[in-house]
Amino acid sequence: MATKVKKMLFVLSKATLDSVYAAFIMANGARMEGIEAEIFFTFFGLEAIQKDKLNELKIATVGNPAMHMPTLLGGLPGMEAFASKMMKKEMEKLDMPPVDEFLEILSDSGVSLWACKLAVEMFHLEEKDLIDDLDGILTIGDFYQRADIDGTHLLFI
Amino acid sequence: MEKVIGNKTINVNEEGYLTDFSQWDKEVAAELAKEKNIELTDGHWMVIDYLQEKYKNEEALSIRGIKKSGKFNIKEFYNLFPGGPLKISTLIAGIPKPKSCI
Repeated sequence: MATKVKKMLFVLSKATLDSVYAAFIMANGARMEGIEAEIFFTFFGLEAIQKDKLNELKIATVGNPAMHMPTLLGGLPGMEAFASKMMKKEMEKLDMPPVDEFLEILSDSGVSLWACKLAVEMFHLEEKDLIDDLDGILTIGDFYQRADIDGTHLLFI
Repeated sequence: MEKVIGNKTINVNEEGYLTDFSQWDKEVAAELAKEKNIELTDGHWMVIDYLQEKYKNEEALSIRGIKKSGKFNIKEFYNLFPGGPLKISTLIAGIPKPKSCI
C-alpha cells in the first residue's frame, strides 16, 4: 500500500493558532510518511514566521462558533489570551511543540518554508523580520512551479 | 502472520511490524533494513537503541522526542531512514509503529 500523494504544497493565509497548527501538523505528517511538503506563508499567515509575533499567536474567540461562547463575551479584554493559554496548555499535554520549535522541526525535516512576496511588501516586512530558517521569498507563480512532480497537491488554509 | 527472514521465522502484522519483540535480534534488524534498502551503520544502531529504550520504558515516540534526544538530530534521522523515518526505524527496531500524529 503506497500513497499516491507525493508532495503537499500548503498555502497558509491565517494566523490563528488552529490554522497554523493544522498546516504544521499536516506538513510534518507528510514528511513522516515520506511525502514532500512545502508551506507558502501569505497575508496573515506571515505572522507565523515573524520572529516577534510567532509565539504570540492566538485563537479567535469572536466569530468562532466552535468556541461556544457568546460573541460579546468573547470580545472581553483578555478573553482571547485566556482561551489561547488554555489551548496551548492542552497542546503541551499532547507533546505538541510551540510554534518556534515546530518551525525548527519542519525545517530540519526538509519542509521548505516560503514567504509570499506580495504580502511581505504589503506589510512592509524585511527579511530580518522573518525566521532564519526561511527558504526564501516567492511570488505565487514561483510557488506553483514547486509543484514539479506527479502526485502534488495544493491546500489553502 | 509468519514471515521467513534470513534463516529465521518471525511473526509480523499486516504492515510488517514484529508482533513479538523477543523474536528480534540484530540479524533480523539487518534483514528488515535490507528490505528497505538500508545498510545498517553505527548511526542506525544508535537510533535503534534509542527507540528500543523508549519502548521498554513505555514512552511515546514523536519527532519532537527525536529533537530532544540529544543523541542525533532530525536531519540525521531523515538521512538515516529516508521515506518516513519513524515508521521505518521502528519497523527495523522490532517495535510497534507509533500512533502519534506528531
